[in-house]
Amino acid sequence: MALPKPKQDATDARLGAVNVPDGPAWARAARTDAMDRTAAMGLPHRRDEYWKFTDPSALVAVDAAPADVLDDDDALFSGSGALTLVFVDGVFDADASDDLAGEGIEISRLADAQDLHWARDLYGALETAGQTPVERPLAALNTATATDGVLIRATGNVARPVCLRYRRSSDDADVVLHHVIRVETGAQVTLLETGSAAARLSTVTEVSVADGGTFHHVRQQGRDHQRRMNTHTFARIGAESTFKSFTLSLNGILTRNDCVIEILGDDAIAHVAGACVGDGDNFVHDDTIFITHDAVGCESRQVFKKVLRNGAVGVFQGKILVKQGAQKTDGYQISQSLLLDGDSQFLAKPELEIYADDVACSHGSTSGAISDEALFYLRSRGVPEKQATNLLTLAFLAEALEEIEDDALADDLRDRLAGWLDRHAG
Amino acid sequence: MTALDQVEVKEGVDQETVDAVAQLSGAYKYGWNDDDIEMEYAPKGVNPDIVKLISSKNEEPDWMTDWRLSAFERWETMRVPNWAMLKLADIDFQDLYYYARPKSMEVKPKSLDEVDPKLLETYKKLGIPLKEQAILAGVEGAENELPERKVAVDAVFDSVSVGTTFQAELKKAGVIFCSISEAIREHPELVKKYLGTVVPPSDNFYATLNSAVFSDGSFVYVPPGVRCPMELSTYFRINAENTGQFERTLIIADKGSYVSYLEGCTAPKRDVAQLHAAVVEIIIEEDAEVKYSTVQNWYPGDENGKGGIYNFVTKRADCRGDRSKVMWTQVETGSAVTWKYPSCILRGNDSQGEFYSIAIANNYQQADTGTKMVHLGKRTKSRIVSKGISAGHAQNTYRGLVSMHPKAKESRNYTQCDSLLIGSQCGAHTVPYIEVKNNSSRVEHEATTSKVDDDQLFYCRSRGMDEEEAVALVVNGFCKEVLQALPMEFAMEAQALVAISLEGSVG
Repeated sequence: MALPKPKQDATDARLGAVNVPDGPAWARAARTDAMDRTAAMGLPHRRDEYWKFTDPSALVAVDAAPADVLDDDDALFSGSGALTLVFVDGVFDADASDDLAGEGIEISRLADAQDLHWARDLYGALETAGQTPVERPLAALNTATATDGVLIRATGNVARPVCLRYRRSSDDADVVLHHVIRVETGAQVTLLETGSAAARLSTVTEVSVADGGTFHHVRQQGRDHQRRMNTHTFARIGAESTFKSFTLSLNGILTRNDCVIEILGDDAIAHVAGACVGDGDNFVHDDTIFITHDAVGCESRQVFKKVLRNGAVGVFQGKILVKQGAQKTDGYQISQSLLLDGDSQFLAKPELEIYADDVACSHGSTSGAISDEALFYLRSRGVPEKQATNLLTLAFLAEALEEIEDDALADDLRDRLAGWLDRHAG
Repeated sequence: MTALDQVEVKEGVDQETVDAVAQLSGAYKYGWNDDDIEMEYAPKGVNPDIVKLISSKNEEPDWMTDWRLSAFERWETMRVPNWAMLKLADIDFQDLYYYARPKSMEVKPKSLDEVDPKLLETYKKLGIPLKEQAILAGVEGAENELPERKVAVDAVFDSVSVGTTFQAELKKAGVIFCSISEAIREHPELVKKYLGTVVPPSDNFYATLNSAVFSDGSFVYVPPGVRCPMELSTYFRINAENTGQFERTLIIADKGSYVSYLEGCTAPKRDVAQLHAAVVEIIIEEDAEVKYSTVQNWYPGDENGKGGIYNFVTKRADCRGDRSKVMWTQVETGSAVTWKYPSCILRGNDSQGEFYSIAIANNYQQADTGTKMVHLGKRTKSRIVSKGISAGHAQNTYRGLVSMHPKAKESRNYTQCDSLLIGSQCGAHTVPYIEVKNNSSRVEHEATTSKVDDDQLFYCRSRGMDEEEAVALVVNGFCKEVLQALPMEFAMEAQALVAISLEGSVG
């Protein structure tokens, strides 16, 4: 079917101007296919069902709007002892990075990876699978045009986390990164991400967790006030595996995080959580989460909390899809927003789609202001209003932060959040 | 049925009604067809000539004909909506009869003897008491014989209203209750003022089609300060084959008034899916209150999903005045396909909207239903309680919108959607949209999906119930909050329907 004209025009303009690097030879077929799929789907438009709350035009536009460069922020996760990989304006910086070798882990760079059989099977494959039932053309465009990224394969229990640290030197960098992660049977790895990558950033992370594997993911999207970014995580997890991902988002003009998880093995666990604080009417933050249960006895959790003020907009679109036969599923989804003033907006679409009868799935969504009684209580105990508000705000966000497995990492992010609230208190 | 026998009957409810309800057992009871009732059809298909024909059959003034024609023009540019979670065969809108009426209604009969006996037979089978049939069949003067009955009825048979009871008694109270075709002729100033102001002719594909071709429906006007002395009720029946029924209901509750309105529907078993596309508009002025209850029991198709009614309905209430209130209650057990979202526009300050729904889908039924609560006024309140039950191969979706506009300060919404699955081949889905644009309002949404609790079933069975009875009891308990919101007559009927609709779903 022909695309609607505005969509076709925007797609033609972008694809006409896009720079398509060859990429590694083994990924070429997947990249060509991704470009064809992008052209067929057309890039997102406000009229699309899953973009009705968030205007994608800045992500679709031919040129990225410039964004001021801030000082590098290397403090976060610095105490984690992580194996650190540095990207500057989306290009891997070997000199600034740690040695790629590690015990139980293989790391290569997408841009110069030789024929990697394990990555060849995954690159673009999980992204393609994640295109149904909802199309995600920005992810396909990423697969087609990614310039760099990391390929990580965990074969054992990797004690040292891997940290991707994004730095920026140019104010108009338009960066496309594509990571592939494979956690082998019984292996375990933690991935951290932080830093301001680009004026406009697109990342796709494809994660395959084999039976009994464990993948932890903690990331911070902060500092860069003018960023426009979309991230996609496509995960496929096996029996008795664990997938946990947490995202803290501060600042930014437009942030859209898509997460698509397919649970294929029995008794697996998938948790996705996020905390976001937004200040100002140019702030839009969108979490779009799809979890598909296609196995018996699995558990999934989606916990998303947003604190919004001064016209900030928070969006949550979540779905638990339980396929026929995925009995004994335990699915939970909560999306909540705290609106600190009258101008902010929370737009949510928390969905359940269930085709199995022996399941317990629930979701909740709430929106409201800080409770007057709670505030009064704290003030009557001598806590000044500003601190009381911040205290209650942190308490509101706590459930999401509790999803982080590692306490030290969680504390790191709590401090970050408290600092932000102090600076932005009204 | 023992539970029904013990129900205390509310004052004003006929024993006959209770009996009729109590008899509700077995599979779809209203599935006969009265093919031998002679019908008068307009040619198949829809075009400006058919629109004009319907308009002239109803003896409508020119402004009404023009209104229909402009809606038709608009409809031709529109596409069938496909966003609902429904799998439908394409509907050929040109392969339907848009107008059908029993031939015997050409001239209004003067007494019961003159009424087509076959038409009477149909009402009898529907369980509408005999004395009432006289009125429904349009016998002049019959209503004076029935001073004790307290539910006024407007019956719509295929395309036309065949009779409205108690018009005289209602008239004394100042309430106008008649068919919409009569209202267009007798009360053009009211119809002109309100028709299409809640659901504009351009609203959506099915509402626009309805605007062009609606043949009849009910009209209610309750004047300021009047509490309607009895419950108003409409029975819809689709009888003829390949007929689309397009009825239009317009209810106006003027300042400080109150009315409770009941709607029931049935249709014969036919192999071919039939179309029903209704529009209901409710206008509620200051301090007025409207209760609208529906028990929808259109033919759902057979156990293999063959036939049944495609039910595409647009229902919307506009709480225009401050402190106005509307309550939608629906029990959706019939139809092969249900596409229905009774909505509340809470425009007046302190206005309230409530939506209580039970949707049961069995065999190959598909339901995509829910509500919209649009909060515009300050301190507006809304409450949504939706219970979806799926069995067999059915798909049941709750789809709803709660929107808090920036000016709707200190408003409140509470939504609860629970789904129950019986069997491993069915589906239950929840698609809520929540849009909050101010911080003094509170919105809460909760949804759960589960199966019939094994412990509860075991308990019932250990007390000697068979499995089907036990499931029906548990499901009735699950639906209790909604059943309680229904007027008594309907509550009983609904309770029985819940059990019937699930027949054959266990084991």
